[in-house]
Amino acid sequence: MTGPLPDQAHDAHRRVVRDSLGVAVATGLYGASFGAVSVASGLDVVQTCALSLLMFTGASQFALVGVLGSGGSAVTGALTAALLGTRNTLYGLRLAPLLAWRGPRRLAAAHLVIDESTAMSITRPTRALARTGFLTTGVGVFVLWNLFTLLGAVGGSVMGDPRTYGLDAAVGGAFLALLWPRLQDAHGRRLGLAAAAVALLVVPLVPSGLPVLVAGSVALLAGVLHGRRAPA
Amino acid sequence: MSAWWAVLGGAAACYLLKLAGLSVPAAVLDRPRVRAVADRLPVALLAGLVAVQVFGGDQRVLLDARAAGLLAALVLLLARAPFLVVVIGSAVTAAVLRQLGLMT
Repeated sequence: MTGPLPDQAHDAHRRVVRDSLGVAVATGLYGASFGAVSVASGLDVVQTCALSLLMFTGASQFALVGVLGSGGSAVTGALTAALLGTRNTLYGLRLAPLLAWRGPRRLAAAHLVIDESTAMSITRPTRALARTGFLTTGVGVFVLWNLFTLLGAVGGSVMGDPRTYGLDAAVGGAFLALLWPRLQDAHGRRLGLAAAAVALLVVPLVPSGLPVLVAGSVALLAGVLHGRRAPA
Repeated sequence: MSAWWAVLGGAAACYLLKLAGLSVPAAVLDRPRVRAVADRLPVALLAGLVAVQVFGGDQRVLLDARAAGLLAALVLLLARAPFLVVVIGSAVTAAVLRQLGLMT
């Protein structure tokens, strides 16, 4: 098979860069909502920015501040964030043969494994385009996500009581929006409703933060039962 | 101080999970049962988070302006509004209801 002509390759490269930057801008902007929600949950600006810099995976960050904000312990907060971060492991499994980086490059690339960088690279026909999509999206989101986290956190911390602005309600809205793509099929909706119901049932019974982990166990149960029903 | 433990511990765990995916042979984690659980975990956790964030009080279940905010988010999502609009919409709804004294 002959490779694409240089012109076509150049065009394809430019298209990947342009699409990736679009995704990076859209995703980076909502770093502002994370920043505001995080300070509303009781973290300070430095802790909020440290989360975006060091954790750099949105759903886990929202979860961590949500658990801490509702009075959960550091351990349950970190554990909930880690459990949500397990999907990045699966992304990595898909990306590893495609990106084929080793050593220090792999160590650096690992930090950029998130929903968006994965989505913008796994569909590419060549390794070069996959790497371009991954790096452009990953670095773009990283820069903007951290910038807007700072803006949101500073903005949020000078506004006073977050409840006046409904920021506590914004957290629920943000989680629902993150969950939304997975609620498009009946399986996802059933699982989501069951997990939500279980979480609320145990709210009066266990310390803050734990109801979310108990909700996670619904996935464990559903997954194990599924695995038993359909062995590979 | 405790918040810092959560921030640093959680960040370290999340990084190692990312690195594990890029580093371990696919066969180790790519088993049907592991996949089935890992695939469902985000749905269950996020659904649990929605429920606790919106209806959770100090170890009890509450119905306040946050529920109206969630309803607004649901309507906006059904109308295919983008993420930021959904988040701002739920905040504004709760804020207005509180301002008017209709809900706490």
